[in-house]
Amino acid sequence: MSEDDDRSPPLDLRRADIAESSNKTRNCTGVSGSGGSVPGPGPSSMEFQAPYPDQVLENVLENVLQFLSSRRDRNAASLVCRSWWRVEALTRSDLFIGNCYSVSPRRATARFTRVRSVSIKGRPRFADFNLMPPDWGAHFAPWVTAMASAYPWLEKVYLKRMSVTYDDLALLAESFPSFKELVLVCCDGFGTSGLAVIASKCRQLKVLDLIESEVTDDEVDWIAFFPESGATCLESLIFDCVECPINFDALERLVARSPSLKKLRLNRFVSIGQLYLLMVRSPQLTHLGTGSFSATEGMAQGEQEPELFTAFAACRSLVCLSGFREILPDYLPDISPVCANLTSLNFSYAHINADQLKLVIFQCHKLQIFWVLDSICDEGLQAVASTCKDLRELRVFPFDAREDNEGPVSDLGLQAISEGCRKLQSILYFCQHMTNAAVIAMSRNCPDLEVFRLCIMGRHRPDRVTNEPMDEGFGAIVMNCKKLTRLAVSGLLTDRAFSYIGKYGKLVRTLSVAFAGDSDMGLKYVLEGCPRLQKLEIRDSPFGDAALRSGLHHYYNMRFLWMSSCRLFPQGCQEIARALPRLVVEVIRDDAIEHTDETVDILYMYRSLEGPRDDAPGFVTIMQ
Amino acid sequence: MEVSRKMANMLGTDRDLNFKETELCLGLPGGGGSEPETTKATGKRGFSETVDLKLNLQSKEDSMKNASKANNQLLPCTKDPAKPPAKAQVVGWPPVRSCRKNIMMAQKNTSEEGKKVNGSAALVKVCMDGAPYLRKVDLKMYKSYQELSDALAKMFSSFTMGNYGAQGMIDFMNESKLMDLLNSSEYVPTYEDKDGDWMLVGDVPWEMFVESCKRLRIMKGSEAIGLAPRAMEKCKNRS
Repeated sequence: MSEDDDRSPPLDLRRADIAESSNKTRNCTGVSGSGGSVPGPGPSSMEFQAPYPDQVLENVLENVLQFLSSRRDRNAASLVCRSWWRVEALTRSDLFIGNCYSVSPRRATARFTRVRSVSIKGRPRFADFNLMPPDWGAHFAPWVTAMASAYPWLEKVYLKRMSVTYDDLALLAESFPSFKELVLVCCDGFGTSGLAVIASKCRQLKVLDLIESEVTDDEVDWIAFFPESGATCLESLIFDCVECPINFDALERLVARSPSLKKLRLNRFVSIGQLYLLMVRSPQLTHLGTGSFSATEGMAQGEQEPELFTAFAACRSLVCLSGFREILPDYLPDISPVCANLTSLNFSYAHINADQLKLVIFQCHKLQIFWVLDSICDEGLQAVASTCKDLRELRVFPFDAREDNEGPVSDLGLQAISEGCRKLQSILYFCQHMTNAAVIAMSRNCPDLEVFRLCIMGRHRPDRVTNEPMDEGFGAIVMNCKKLTRLAVSGLLTDRAFSYIGKYGKLVRTLSVAFAGDSDMGLKYVLEGCPRLQKLEIRDSPFGDAALRSGLHHYYNMRFLWMSSCRLFPQGCQEIARALPRLVVEVIRDDAIEHTDETVDILYMYRSLEGPRDDAPGFVTIMQ
Repeated sequence: MEVSRKMANMLGTDRDLNFKETELCLGLPGGGGSEPETTKATGKRGFSETVDLKLNLQSKEDSMKNASKANNQLLPCTKDPAKPPAKAQVVGWPPVRSCRKNIMMAQKNTSEEGKKVNGSAALVKVCMDGAPYLRKVDLKMYKSYQELSDALAKMFSSFTMGNYGAQGMIDFMNESKLMDLLNSSEYVPTYEDKDGDWMLVGDVPWEMFVESCKRLRIMKGSEAIGLAPRAMEKCKNRS
């Protein structure tokens, strides 16, 4: 719900509306939606009248609008007029809440009454890096409570960066008999007991995906809670982030009776021998996470060498491979049979070197998505560049995420990728050293870039060769990559870099800034220049209250602004809060940050229809 | 060097490090093991620098401490060509999620431990002609050929001890016995060594065998006959 829906309709439309709502003869379902916050008499009177011309229109509209799937299109349609607003609300089945505090569950469920699928995002992204004190909020509880009564036919829940408790999961499992899909990304607050209740009660469950979530070990054998007999509906079971052992026998039986299973991503407590056993039971898999890809400790001496090669050869539909959490490189060649078909390969937990990578990468001609550790070095990246001509997304993670290391990958790797992978759309690259030249080369060689995230791990580090700031490199990216929507900058950057972003980054929606800029001008350039900016996260940069003021015209168009360890003062934040009443301005105290002045630790502000939230912890002050 | 020039530009006053490098002092060059995990704001100094009793070392550390308190940002990396003094790690930087950081840390520790325990396991594949499965053994688990052949016998039931002489392994000293064995249909163990040559198991001292063996294959004696000359050759050269 990225549009502000709080607008009263013009008076004449409202009268017509009142008449209509009493004539509703809905033929779709018995429920006559009240249209949310429309004032007027209830829709219960069913006196017969010749249908309004508008009634016919509404029926037609409903039949047409139900095909609109894009939420941006739907938001636009809902603004046409009152009747379109109402019909759109009735036909929206996928509800997306980009910020759980921007709208209340009550308001959302009142407007959209026939929702089957809900996506909610909570904490801001910088919370992933321990920049937000714990227990800040983003609780699923009020949402699941509201939905339990409002959406009995709910089928799908997708949550990102939310706090989910056992009780929430238990309520979910009990309230929605048609429930089919649960996807939890970067969530926390629950444990294996919560998974058990989902497994046991959601009999129609097709998808249970846990991605980068923190799941506590309640010592509950959750896999065993899936119904013991009969085939399951499971199509996707992803639990590679679950850091507790699982009952392998139960898992094996589960996989054996899940004929529709296409996606299976195991955690590191599944050994390679066990992987083999699962693979022979499910050759129809399209997505596989291999678990540890290593022998269990204390594997019996001479334990049967699994014929992994044949198991992979039998998986003819495999297109996405990940896992390798504790890889024994000896086994790597066994994945060869599937390499030629792979479109997605995630080696980002596999500590392998260039030579080991080359054993497999030279066969991966169709690869589009590749995640890897920097242990493959520039040489490994050159191998990727020479083979993976179709590459769209590359992520290079640091094995040793510290500032002062050797840096196995550098501008050389980036240059090679830019020359070999011309179709690149998205890149995340961690390195110790970079040059403007390599970044400029990428801006020229990869015109389709939409996401450019470069993390030079040494703070304030200039161009390795020229010793200049990295302004020109990032400037070239915004200038030459006309489709760029997401940008993360790093290294030594002056205000000039931001002037480039403001001048050329016209499509940029998400911008991440850390340890950059010289003065308020930097932030001003961005706030004044980037009309599409929605998400701005800044840390440790010298931007102050004056800069903050320069965005007043734009903050209502944004999902959020995060600024931590900058030069903001409480007065400046308060000014914003007073100027923009629909903005929630949170000043968050972080006791881990040491400083001697009165600057604000963390400013997190976002538009909201609800005003200050009532679940804010003590370290959060909401400015008013 | 380019590095120190850059440093001169970036740092301003704290340039004593260059002098440190060219100074003669008692310690080892390059510094001792300053473990990055235990860095403080000033970083652990290399061994050479700790041994050096010059007072200006102390004051440099102090001035760095003060500088980092004054602004909330630490000084840029002071690149010691021998060993950079590690900076204190800033919260949430680099922006890698903590679960990933933890996993990487765990992997690093296990691989370091593996190195400490006398090198990693010596895993080799074992196959036997006619058997439909492979095994994998860690040669470091055994101390002698006897133990290995006992274990192989357990894994491959048709691999009986047969004519293996008192030690349970091929008696290379006895040429005629060897030829008998190789002419028979008994199974003999062979291995591929580092040079890629296939050899009869038992011809080198055990430790040397563990180091050089890449793969084991148990084949019929009659097939191994081609290896015999080499085995005899090496055998003779040794005696």
